Amino acid sequence: MNKELLEYTLRLGDNALILGQRLAEWCGHGPILEQDIALSNIALDHLGQARMLLNYAAEQQGEGFTEDKVAFFRDVFEYHNLLILELENGDWGKTICRQFLFDTFNYFLYTDLLQSKDETIRSVAQKAIKEISYHAQWSAEWLIRLGDGTEESHTRVQSSLNDLWEWTGEMLTPDAVDDAMLEAGIGADLNSIKERWHQKVDQILELAKLEKPSGEWMQSGGKQGDHTEYLGFVLAEMQHIPRMHPEAKW
Amino acid sequence: MQQEEQIWQWLEEVSDPEIPVLTVVDLGVIRAVEYLDEHWRISITPTYSGCPAMNEIEANILEKLKQEGIDDAQVKMVLSPAWTTDWMTEKGKQKLQDYGIAPPEGSSADKSVLFGEAKKVTCPHCKSRDTELISQFGSTACKSLYKCHDCKEPFDYFKCL
Ligand SMILES: [Zn+2]
Repeated sequence: MNKELLEYTLRLGDNALILGQRLAEWCGHGPILEQDIALSNIALDHLGQARMLLNYAAEQQGEGFTEDKVAFFRDVFEYHNLLILELENGDWGKTICRQFLFDTFNYFLYTDLLQSKDETIRSVAQKAIKEISYHAQWSAEWLIRLGDGTEESHTRVQSSLNDLWEWTGEMLTPDAVDDAMLEAGIGADLNSIKERWHQKVDQILELAKLEKPSGEWMQSGGKQGDHTEYLGFVLAEMQHIPRMHPEAKW
Repeated sequence: MQQEEQIWQWLEEVSDPEIPVLTVVDLGVIRAVEYLDEHWRISITPTYSGCPAMNEIEANILEKLKQEGIDDAQVKMVLSPAWTTDWMTEKGKQKLQDYGIAPPEGSSADKSVLFGEAKKVTCPHCKSRDTELISQFGSTACKSLYKCHDCKEPFDYFKCL
């Protein structure tokens, strides 16, 4: 078993699973019906991507592992998602803002993963990239609508952007696992993604009449398993039924 | 191989759980029908990653084959090459149109989706081109919601993927 490949797979899968779980909280609470449906659909896309990736993580670990076991029987410190994805949703503006910052990153990441030398990761990327393109378009349009909207929507979304900024560094900063996977031709080059991400973010923020935060200090740790207190609550809700009834079947 | 053709015909009778006018063959999700190690194996591919209908499609295929006397068939999920709307048959597109859902227009290779303009789609009711996107995400993950300025009806558009 290749430890770096397993961790890289879990990072991709956990990003999709935790974001999908967070977005599902909006189901029934969206500001208007169409957008409630939109977010639920986006959540479902992430959940589907998570299933393919966690299934692959289970395969790598061998006998006795399944996608369900990987999702429901790991604890906080064994999760490898980005911290920004486990934060509370906040208001509509904050959810949109996080979505835009992450979707833009995810779009460039999966574009690069189309070239991965790992067959399964490449196949998942081929499946996911078009869905992710729709997400990125949707959240960019909403950011523009809110940023260039009323005084109230502008103020709120600018304040969310300022709050979320320190959580963006982690996705664009490679660590030893990223380096090893890049070297193996399996993972993406985060330094190159960082450049493209900033370009796209600058372009959309300008259209949205929002100011790019200048803070340089960044949070980190999620990829390596050091999480905020929020992840425990997400996992508790997601995992309590399979843990209470481990053999339960639909 | 006669029985292989027969199985394809049976699969033509298995409908999509979310869009019942389409069969799984119209939808283009059947990747292969093969006889391997003394079992029939049907390879299927998901339309959307999170498509909740895939488990039901699998169950419906097995059920249909069982009815026809094949008890030990297997369904295998394959991811690559990824399904695109180009895999939908022309017959399938026509059925969608008749059902009131605008079929995917143009090739899935169209990259304008990213930060691009919304696509112009023909109204399946009155054929007007004067339509407007209401929401990129419609009643299911594979559809967007449009409205027609001529006949004033809303309609679903099967997204190009
Ligand atoms: Zn019309």
